[in-house]
Amino acid sequence: MTTDPATDPSAAPGNSSRERILARVRAAVADAPDAPEVTRDYLDTHTPDSAMVDLLAENLADYRAVVHRTDSAGLAELLMRLLAEHGSRTVLVPPGLPPSWLASADPTRIQDREASTAQELDEVDSVVTACAVAIAETGTIVLDGSPDQGRRRISLVPDHHICVVRAPEQVVASVPQAMPRLDPTRPLTWISGPSATSDIELDRVEGVHGPRTLEVVLVED
Amino acid sequence: MSGTFVGMPSFPRAAKEAVHNKTLRDNLRHATHTIRDKRAKAVAELADWAELREAGKQIKDHTLRHLDRYLVQLETRVTEAGGTVHWAADADEANRIVADLVKATGESEVVKVKSMATQEIGLNEALEAEGIAAYETDLAELIVQLGDDRPSHILVPAIHRNRGEIRDIFREKMASWGRAAPHGLSDTPADLAEAARLHLREKFLRAKVGISGANFMVAETGTLVVFESEGNGRMCLTLPETLISVVGIEKVVPTWRDLEVFLQTLPRSSTAERMNPYTSTWTGTTDGDGPRTFHLVLLDNGRTDTLADEVGRQALRCIRCSACLNVCPVYERAGGHAYGSVYPGPIGAILSPQLRGTQSEIDASLPYASSLCGACYEVCPVAIDIPEVLVHLRERVADQGGKGHRLEKAAMKAAGWVLDHPGVLGTGERVASRTRKLHPSKLPGAGAWTRSRELPEMPAEPFRDWWKKNRKPKTDGKKP
Repeated sequence: MTTDPATDPSAAPGNSSRERILARVRAAVADAPDAPEVTRDYLDTHTPDSAMVDLLAENLADYRAVVHRTDSAGLAELLMRLLAEHGSRTVLVPPGLPPSWLASADPTRIQDREASTAQELDEVDSVVTACAVAIAETGTIVLDGSPDQGRRRISLVPDHHICVVRAPEQVVASVPQAMPRLDPTRPLTWISGPSATSDIELDRVEGVHGPRTLEVVLVED
Repeated sequence: MSGTFVGMPSFPRAAKEAVHNKTLRDNLRHATHTIRDKRAKAVAELADWAELREAGKQIKDHTLRHLDRYLVQLETRVTEAGGTVHWAADADEANRIVADLVKATGESEVVKVKSMATQEIGLNEALEAEGIAAYETDLAELIVQLGDDRPSHILVPAIHRNRGEIRDIFREKMASWGRAAPHGLSDTPADLAEAARLHLREKFLRAKVGISGANFMVAETGTLVVFESEGNGRMCLTLPETLISVVGIEKVVPTWRDLEVFLQTLPRSSTAERMNPYTSTWTGTTDGDGPRTFHLVLLDNGRTDTLADEVGRQALRCIRCSACLNVCPVYERAGGHAYGSVYPGPIGAILSPQLRGTQSEIDASLPYASSLCGACYEVCPVAIDIPEVLVHLRERVADQGGKGHRLEKAAMKAAGWVLDHPGVLGTGERVASRTRKLHPSKLPGAGAWTRSRELPEMPAEPFRDWWKKNRKPKTDGKKP
């Protein structure tokens, strides 16, 4: 009689390895002393709250993101100007982006659809997204795939990404402060400056595969 | 581990070749000094570095102590989130699982995120044998792959190449792998990066299968994490329909919150940045966003043997930042290839012989590829006491016998005896000082060390004599 892996999971080849590896792990640490609970006496923040937004702007710029600051009233006009300066004829729009943001913009809006191919996204000049949270100490914006940010690939394939951050409510000082605000069951993309490489003589070069230009708009009301 | 480096000479022989290669030495010296200075500044920005380092160490130690529990939890969460988990006891099994998964998609090419685990098991070669082309997409890995070369650094695998060599490789080889290098390609890093962008983009946009490793896996949520800079990782993790991740079992951490420690220590230790440009996390599959099929291959391949060694198991804390390579005086001169493994430098000198065992000539020699200066321990963000493990492994190698290592044992015994008898040491020093004009620049008999080095000049006067002469006796009884 043969066992069929489809009906008997323990007969699947990988499963014998599963049991073997787990048994080896248990045997390996059987005599090891108990490991104490982790002491977390590192800092929750390195930055006073009042300095957060300025530090975010400074650290974003330090890694070659282009930073702009405006208020809600000035946002649509600023986005229009940035797209025009970049010479964009088309702009990719996530489904939940507030329509008012691009009310003044000239480029043709392209809605991201599941059916659209990577090649089609590659033809788009710019993309505008919101973000989930921004981290001042590291100059990081985090996207979580919410409707105003769209799927992971839309902030990846186009060469020009404009990300809008609402300050101060979306800004935290530090990585430890960002973790509880993020939902790990969503796909997250942490972005710190535009795409870069240090693989040639450890000289940092901006722009390889991701967007070569990252513009971050801090909206402060 | 795989056969990638089979037939490598032992470390002393390979290192001797390397230290005579001036281009290699210059490339390495420039790179390692640049990065170590930057890293020191990035670390100095955080007042709580010592506490972060201790927390990182404790998280890893706790995980390793309860590794069975966390692996099972991880498996459950990944499965609940729509992924499939496979277990691979060794390289052959992992390669077979991946090759079968790729074949099941009907594809014959895959794009790869740079991954130490897949290099360790020789996955590219195994896939090639099955008729599957695996394209490396990290710039440095691309340079290595196009140049038919081997990686020499954990973070920057092409660190041994300078810009002129890279331009030549691109000009000569890109066309045979896909889109040719642009006409008149210069050797500026920006132009070389642009050439890689054009060459790889056509592969990213058509790829149906992506293969990655992971920097971390979170047991409580089933989340995988990849740190990168260029966006090639995001391309491979996002655009293909099928994603296969091959990850060592030691990469698991218990909680989502634990990542807050490594998100602070890994980028600063590896690329000396506050944060690497891109970090991606994914939990199983997400409808309408990213790959529709996700497979996780959990890899042992010597890790449980390492875990069983009470001194050596701390090597499994390693988060592959490569800070230890950049401060190591031996790595700086010998280069990464001399270590005969995908894991070079100080961490490689303790990891490779533990994962592979110490029977081969190269693995038996690796615990001696160090001056035990301790710089690697100082910079390690998870406080691996590399010198302690090196000494421990030397004992293991000495106990198993073999020609060179019996000599080493005798030498250590003799040194111990001299250091225990200060009179003998003093006499020896004085004799040496007085006869220094007669000393050769090479030491006859002690070949391995001195063939590739000049002997230091003898001081005119022994240190002990100098101390006696120059030290003013204290009369007030207080220490100086």
